[in-house]
Amino acid sequence: MTTMPGTDARGSNPTDDREILMEVKNLKMYFPVTSGLFFQRTVAHIKAVDDISFFVRKGETLGLVGESGCGKTTTGRCILQLYRPTEGQIIFEGQELTTLGSKEMRRMRREMQVIFQDPYSSLNPRMTAGNIIGEPLMVHKLVANKAEYRERVADLLQNVGLNPYMADRFPHEFSGGQRQRIGVARALSVEPKFIVADEPVSALDVSIQAQIINLLEDLQERYNLTYLFIAHDLSVVRHISDRVGVMYLGHIVELADRNEIYVDPVHPYTKALLSAVPIPDPVADAQRERVVLTGEVPSPLNPPSGCVFHPRCPIATADCARINPELRQVSEKHWAACIHAPGYGPKVNGKG
Amino acid sequence: MEVRDLRTHFFTESGVVKAVDGVSFELEAGETLGLVGESGCGKSVSALSVMRLIPDPPGKIVDGEIIFEGQDILKLGMDNMRRIRGAKISMVFQEPMTSLNPVLTVERQITETVQLHKGASREAARRESIDLLFKVGIPDPEHRIKQYPHQFSGGMRQRVMIAMAISCNPRLIIADEPTTALDVTIQAQILELMKSLTTEFGVALIVITHNLGVVARYADRVNIMYAGKIIERGEAREIYSNPRHPYTVGLLKSVPRLDRPRREKLEPIEGQPPDLANLPPGCAFRARCRWVIDKCATDAPPLMQTGDGHWSACWQSDLLGAHALAGTVDINQASTIPNGGPQPEAKLPSTPQLDNPGLNNPGFDNPPSESN
Repeated sequence: MTTMPGTDARGSNPTDDREILMEVKNLKMYFPVTSGLFFQRTVAHIKAVDDISFFVRKGETLGLVGESGCGKTTTGRCILQLYRPTEGQIIFEGQELTTLGSKEMRRMRREMQVIFQDPYSSLNPRMTAGNIIGEPLMVHKLVANKAEYRERVADLLQNVGLNPYMADRFPHEFSGGQRQRIGVARALSVEPKFIVADEPVSALDVSIQAQIINLLEDLQERYNLTYLFIAHDLSVVRHISDRVGVMYLGHIVELADRNEIYVDPVHPYTKALLSAVPIPDPVADAQRERVVLTGEVPSPLNPPSGCVFHPRCPIATADCARINPELRQVSEKHWAACIHAPGYGPKVNGKG
Repeated sequence: MEVRDLRTHFFTESGVVKAVDGVSFELEAGETLGLVGESGCGKSVSALSVMRLIPDPPGKIVDGEIIFEGQDILKLGMDNMRRIRGAKISMVFQEPMTSLNPVLTVERQITETVQLHKGASREAARRESIDLLFKVGIPDPEHRIKQYPHQFSGGMRQRVMIAMAISCNPRLIIADEPTTALDVTIQAQILELMKSLTTEFGVALIVITHNLGVVARYADRVNIMYAGKIIERGEAREIYSNPRHPYTVGLLKSVPRLDRPRREKLEPIEGQPPDLANLPPGCAFRARCRWVIDKCATDAPPLMQTGDGHWSACWQSDLLGAHALAGTVDINQASTIPNGGPQPEAKLPSTPQLDNPGLNNPGFDNPPSESN
């Protein structure tokens, strides 16, 4: 059983005691691998997400970073109940989502929305921008008549920095950045409390990325939104997040305050990940300490024993192959899953 | 290699797209050159032009010279070109998944190049290929060479691509977004590998990328492209510390940096890149530029020397430089603004972008296919 970051933090952190909006408890998502033509037998499981727990406070942005296949997108989809988790709980405003029927879940979806990565494939090419944005209004019956509908769509377009007259255009008439704005407007249309942003800027050019990030931040401030921001770009995640969780092979290996995790990472994977990011300044970049990892991410079909990172870890010991480290608090706003992390004692609770 | 005034245009239904419009640069043996720009700025088309791989029609190299080892390769016949391509100039593409043939073993794909260009026997080519795979860090190459591309991971496939690229000891490797499709930790491995191979064999390398960090770490010199033209070039250190073009300044400021305190707000370059089929006269960047003056609308600025080996295509380049990078709303860096330094329009447009949907920007509501 993993230590609950949520339960520990509530008492120990008086400065940030905003209400918890969404909590994930011991989430597991295994995808079956089947074999056989007619009678499909399950021969193995891909452990996409393997026992993770975290919470998101109201109004904050939690960043989730990791390399492809680490389970960050799966986590986002489990939260939205786009996948039914194998095990674990997802509690949104006190309501446990995994046991909800599809009708109740649809009602909950008004509260939680998603922004997808690829603005080219996530918009229906045969719908106008206005209809894409307005569809959720119809589905959830949020407008009384045509005039109100039009007005809402125009408002939404304006809120994301597009012109209301663009409502009649089709997706192909927009650039990548503008399309992502449409995706944001659609997510906003039902006035959600919580938005899962799954790699919302990775498909965009650098100069446009910054536009969308600023837009997301402005909207958060204006509507008191809560974000789960999933991305692989560590510098973008640091910019937008209040707290950051680092995932590796289905596990959260480190979770901390954004400044803390970047200034003082304790997990060797986080350290390697940070040092692998080249800094756009040759002088500064040359001065940084570099940890180049060897090997590749193992298959989630057959994850290593003990700590999943140990085969690539520069400081692994014999114990690492044996002990599967749980996520524990190592300092005030900092959780890590590494037996060699400073402060990671056998029974640590709050103090190092 | 020297590229002089290269122009590659695409003749499409909606008009002539000047993808590359007067690009010149040179490259010394063993040097690493970064070609930086956003999608559609012509960086990949420049590379494909050097390889003579532009699909014709609709594309055509309408003007220019590419002097490689003393001869203009644009004048070569297709047969002669084939002898250079792969042997003297080779290329590593972005998508290792799509640039390898999925129905052929890795062995077939590597040995093909070796047999063709070196005239090696099948067995010799096989031995050499195994050696190459070992050099690029693929474990157990005797066994892996018999496998198909889908049995390799993304990073391993890119290593295979690199093995193929170096197989004939080329003089120049062009790497088009070699690591964009890869994860950060694998990215670092691949780039280290390419860098060590270039130093080991004295190969010149052109790295095409939109990632400013990659260029900072690996390139000796940098060319920044915008709308089919090189708008700034110089030593990597110089470009990053003392940018003299508003676009470069904007790019550098729009990315969050891990090594600096977090800024309150990012500073994007407002607006969109222009439509290359329908470029207005004057400077292509002026609609998004904060330093714009009247002259920009009428006269397109040529590349002008602003320092030792540093060139910029901007009428206002004197006003730019290190202070333009520092002097902004960046609170954490505010103290670094030199007092005497000129600070032209360094204040940001104070309206947040929400209230300013690019209405005053001509390029904004003018998407390419506004035909209805």
